[in-house]
Amino acid sequence: MTEPTTLLRAHGVVRSYGRTPALRGVDLTVAQGEILAITGPSGCGKSTLLHCLAGILTPDEGEIYYGAHRLDTWSERARSRLRRTEFGVLFQFGQLVPELTGAENVALPLLLAGTGRRVARTAALEGLDRLGVAELADQRPGEMSGGQQQRCALARALVTEPRVLFTDEPTGALDSLAGEQVLGELVRLARERGTTVLLVTHDVRVAGYADRELELRDGLVDGDGLGLAPRAPGATR
Amino acid sequence: MNSVAVSTAHLLLGLLAAGARYGYELKRSHDERLPRAKPLAYGQVYATLGRLERDGLVEQAGQDREGGPDRTSYALTGAGRDELDRWLASTEPPAPHVNSELLAKVTVALLVAGAERARATLAAQRRAHIARVRELTKVKNDPVATLDDVIAADYAIAHLDADLRWLETTLERVADWHREVHS
Repeated sequence: MTEPTTLLRAHGVVRSYGRTPALRGVDLTVAQGEILAITGPSGCGKSTLLHCLAGILTPDEGEIYYGAHRLDTWSERARSRLRRTEFGVLFQFGQLVPELTGAENVALPLLLAGTGRRVARTAALEGLDRLGVAELADQRPGEMSGGQQQRCALARALVTEPRVLFTDEPTGALDSLAGEQVLGELVRLARERGTTVLLVTHDVRVAGYADRELELRDGLVDGDGLGLAPRAPGATR
Repeated sequence: MNSVAVSTAHLLLGLLAAGARYGYELKRSHDERLPRAKPLAYGQVYATLGRLERDGLVEQAGQDREGGPDRTSYALTGAGRDELDRWLASTEPPAPHVNSELLAKVTVALLVAGAERARATLAAQRRAHIARVRELTKVKNDPVATLDDVIAADYAIAHLDADLRWLETTLERVADWHREVHS
């Protein structure tokens, strides 16, 4: 068996909001094609870690690598381009543009990346169809149920065929059955395409869908499961 | 009858509600419908049917001795159907006593070995629980999973989730708990 390729790596990542530390020296590696759950109690820094890995935030200290590239030293513009082409994001809610139809919402990332209107629409319709919600193409978000909106948002997150999908409580606003269905689809499509998925959640039932779990506690990785003994920021295990 | 026997008896009554069945058919359909439950032993099926017959809840419905040992099929009696109705209409009492090996183990760890050991016990248990949730989630999402598999796995996951919430909260409480126990 060949060693899995590391696609994302964080080393000694520290990030604070004002004087409040959110991450206090986080190390992690994510293999290509892996589905990794990042869990932990509220305020443990899991969303901040996700934003740092996705290049939305830059760390105060430490390094973030995407493949061979050191992401945290890139300009906002370069990171933004990377996010449009290689990354997909799916958050809890409030992501769809209310004035646009389902198909227009899904096509949006392609249009922003410069794809022609007709090609973008075809890809959007295919994406909705793959998630079993072709009927949402001409509906506006206000006419959709929560589960339908989230499927639409998932189709949009995947329409650029990203290498990495970053998700933060993707089913947090849904009832448990609708949440399960969205997660089931997310994992099925990720596996089919070899998409790497980072799944931030506080819910172990959601984390159950991942290959591996990384628990954060007080801004540190709870690697050995004890985790409450603080270690110096930037120290490696 | 103890609670396990009660539950098996009522399950068998339920499986007989659709019509007379042989013991081996009851076992097979129990194991199929409740794929995550402990499979029924044949001995248990026949012993339970014997008790149900004695209590007038089932009756022998026919014999088949084609090419093998005698086989008896059983059917619900009127009293059996009434008992099944009564059981289905009753709710299970929420368990009044906390009777968990896990709680006992963590308590002992805290008493004899201190907060770190209690925390390590909790954390190790948490990892084991999460690994099990992951396994069950795979079972559920297997393309060949039946709805029986999914529903049984949901049940197990929801209970593991409850344990996990307790483990999490207790992890947060260990320091206070240790102070109180040792004050």
